[in-house]
Amino acid sequence: MNALVEFFATFGRFFIAGLAAVGDVARFTAIALSHCVRPPLYFRLIGRQMLHIGYFSLPVVGMTAIFTGAALAQQIYVGSARFNAEGTVAAVVVIAIVRELGPVLAGLMVAGRVSSAMAAEMGTMRVTEQIDALVTLSTDPYKYLIVPRLYASVLTLPLLVIVANLIGVFGGFLIATQKLGFSPTTYLQVTVDFLESVDVVSSLVKAAVFGFIIALMGSYHGYNSSGGAQGVGKATTNAVVSAFIMILLANLIITVNLFGT
Amino acid sequence: MSTTPKISLRGVKKRFGSKIVLDGIDLDVMPGESVVVIGGSGSGKSVLIKCILGLMTPEEGRITIDGADAIGMHGKAREKILSKFGMLFQGGALFDSLTVWQNVAFGLIEARGMDKDEARVIAIEKLARVGLGSDVAELRPDELSGGMQKRVGLARAIATEPEIIFFDEPTTGLDPIMADVINDLITECVRDLGATTITITHDMSSVRKIADRAAMLYKGKIIWQGPKDQIDNSGNAYVDQFIHGHAEGPIQMDILKS
Ligand SMILES: Nc1ncnc2c1ncn2[C@@H]1O[C@H](COP(=O)(O)OP(=O)(O)OP(=O)(O)O)[C@@H](O)[C@H]1O
Ligand SMILES: [Mg+2]
Repeated sequence: MNALVEFFATFGRFFIAGLAAVGDVARFTAIALSHCVRPPLYFRLIGRQMLHIGYFSLPVVGMTAIFTGAALAQQIYVGSARFNAEGTVAAVVVIAIVRELGPVLAGLMVAGRVSSAMAAEMGTMRVTEQIDALVTLSTDPYKYLIVPRLYASVLTLPLLVIVANLIGVFGGFLIATQKLGFSPTTYLQVTVDFLESVDVVSSLVKAAVFGFIIALMGSYHGYNSSGGAQGVGKATTNAVVSAFIMILLANLIITVNLFGT
Repeated sequence: MSTTPKISLRGVKKRFGSKIVLDGIDLDVMPGESVVVIGGSGSGKSVLIKCILGLMTPEEGRITIDGADAIGMHGKAREKILSKFGMLFQGGALFDSLTVWQNVAFGLIEARGMDKDEARVIAIEKLARVGLGSDVAELRPDELSGGMQKRVGLARAIATEPEIIFFDEPTTGLDPIMADVINDLITECVRDLGATTITITHDMSSVRKIADRAAMLYKGKIIWQGPKDQIDNSGNAYVDQFIHGHAEGPIQMDILKS
């Protein structure tokens, strides 16, 4: 009985803390967005962040995409062989990659790399008073630290996702043509025929939203960290975990809204 | 001397949880005046200047800068007030992603919009003022010793020639000769630039050298303030104990209690 009460009490505490956190994040987001649309913008910093987020994420995103695309083609071949419909492999691969796996996998990989790095960097700046120092040098930390990261991430993720999609489809193509005996021209023909513009648009919209989430979570947890090295460590973990969950949730919401009918 | 204080605090209270750190601070700093705040470790000296800068918000009380209310100020008005300030942080707080000269030039470039090359020249000159050669300029802060970092922080604080400068323990971690150089530099800032300064220090030779007036913080209150030449015969047992560094006296260290 006591254990049950304890269980619900713990649950309730988490729920209330969760609500407070949502309010906090919403406030942070509102302030950050209001700074995004007001000058000055630090273009130099946006460029540097785009390089950090985009270029250095290419290898990990590319590898994830090619392995997943290849495995997907193999699985669909095995599955659809039962219905004598091997021809669906190309179609399913391209739709699965572009609509779902490309953006989600790229989003998650970049979140793991970038949200954590942002949280660690900004968290360290917070606990070593560098953020306070920025303020005393009449530089708004939102403008100098957070806005460039948000812009860079929102602009870069779609580019990364395009690359992930291409490489993912290529992974499927490799397995299909080299191992499963598909004709390259037919495979590509089916791929192009089945891809619709809504697929591409949804892919890019997801990418931009995930990019926003990645930078937002990294910044939020880093900016608000406290309590020395341990606090920075916690901020880093929280940034990645919350970015993962929000990306998967946002993906579901966008998918249901775009393809649900 | 003008009659409106540059900085004025009335009944400022700040607490963290149940711990009351500032318990009703009243302090006036006149334009061009150099005030030194002394007090035991953990007595709230750093918190006091962070409240004035708006980095922390006191729960109660009033802080005015040039007669304008500073608490809760935001947006353009806050930016304008902040551009009057320079601050040396106790821990240096140098930007570790930038080189030494970029740190020093930061306020000039980002806030004043000065051209990079021009700012670099000024930064090198300010570094020379704190005894650092141009060979240090291209290094990163983590390649410097603690005392060198402190001096870079000092150069950064004075680089924009602000009207009001706060020095949080400027000589801690420096050798006695360099400490004296820094004391001279602070005195010059006040005399030549007409800056208003608040300096936090434990170093009595600093107090004697740079203070126009000293104030002692104890248990969240300013228990004594007066011109520096009165500090030796303040008639205040707490001040006497502090400046002579005796373990015995009215100030009981927590370590002795248990
Ligand atoms: N961010 C904070 N959160 C909680 N407590 C704090 C915070 N900052 C300071 N304090 C507490 O406020 C008190 C005063 O701290 P402060 O840094 O002002 O001391 P100080 O007088 O500058 O000491 P020192 O001479 O050692 O630098 C300390 O007891 C400290 O624990
Ligand atoms: Mg201090």
